[in-house]
Amino acid sequence: MVVASMILSALLFVVGTLGVLIRRNAIIMFLSIELQLNAVNLTFVALSRVWGIEGQIFVFFVMTVAAAEAAVGLAIIISIFRHYETVNVNNFNLLKW
Amino acid sequence: MVDILFYIFAAVAIGSALGVVMSRNPVGSLLFMVATLASLAGIFVLLEAHFLAAVQVIVYAGAIMVLFLFVIMLLNLGHDYQKDLKWGAFSVLSFIVVGTLAGFLARALGAGSTGDVMSSAGGRSIDAAVSEFGAVGAIARPLFTTYVVPFEITGILLLVAIVGALVLAKRNV
Repeated sequence: MVVASMILSALLFVVGTLGVLIRRNAIIMFLSIELQLNAVNLTFVALSRVWGIEGQIFVFFVMTVAAAEAAVGLAIIISIFRHYETVNVNNFNLLKW
Repeated sequence: MVDILFYIFAAVAIGSALGVVMSRNPVGSLLFMVATLASLAGIFVLLEAHFLAAVQVIVYAGAIMVLFLFVIMLLNLGHDYQKDLKWGAFSVLSFIVVGTLAGFLARALGAGSTGDVMSSAGGRSIDAAVSEFGAVGAIARPLFTTYVVPFEITGILLLVAIVGALVLAKRNV
C-alpha cells in the first residue's frame, strides 16, 4: 500500500500542477497549490511507514506552512480585488515585461 | 478489505482532484477539494496515521477550506462562470510540462521496489510508540523533544502570517 500511495500522490501532484498552469482564477490556482501540498503530505505519511515517525512530524510543519500561506495569499487576493475588481490573473500585468 | 478501501479512497481523491481543476464554479471546485481532503484523511487512517487524519479533517477540510469559502463569498465569485481556462500556445506548453512531470514520476516509481513495506522497521517503531504513548503521544514526544526548535519557529511563522494578513487586507494601513 505504500507504493500505491506514492503513485496516488504523484497523480495528485500532477493534477495540481495542471490546475496551476491552465486555470486563470487566482483562488483556483491557490486551491491547486494546496492540492500539491497534500500530495506531498501523502508521500510523507506513506514513507513514515518505512523510515519512522519523522515523516508524520514533517507533515505537521507542512500543514502549518500551508495555513500561513493560505491566510497571507488570500489577504493578497482581497487587496488585489479592491484595485482590479477581478481575480483573473490575466488582468494583473503590472509587472509584465 | 483494506486494499479495497484504499482503492475506493484513491478513486474518490483523483476524481475530485480533477473536479477541482475542471469545475467552472469556484464554490463547486472548493467542495470537490473538501472531498479530496476527506478521502486523503481516509488514506491516512489506512496508513495508520490516525492523529494526522483527524488533523487533516479539522484543520484542512475545516479551517483552511472555510477560509477559502469566506473569501469566495466575500468577493462574490460564486456565480462567476466566465471562461478562465487559458488556451492557445500556453496550454500546449502546460500539457507538455505536466506530461513530462508525469513521465518522470512514473519512471521513478516504476524503478522502486513493490514489496510489502507496511511492516518494516519504521512501521514497527511507529506501532510500538503508538501502543506505548497513544496516537497523539507518539507524535507529540519527538515533536516536543527533538524537534522543539522548529516547532517554536512555526509559532513565530504563524504570528507573522496573522500580522501580515491583517496588514494586507486592511483598507488603509
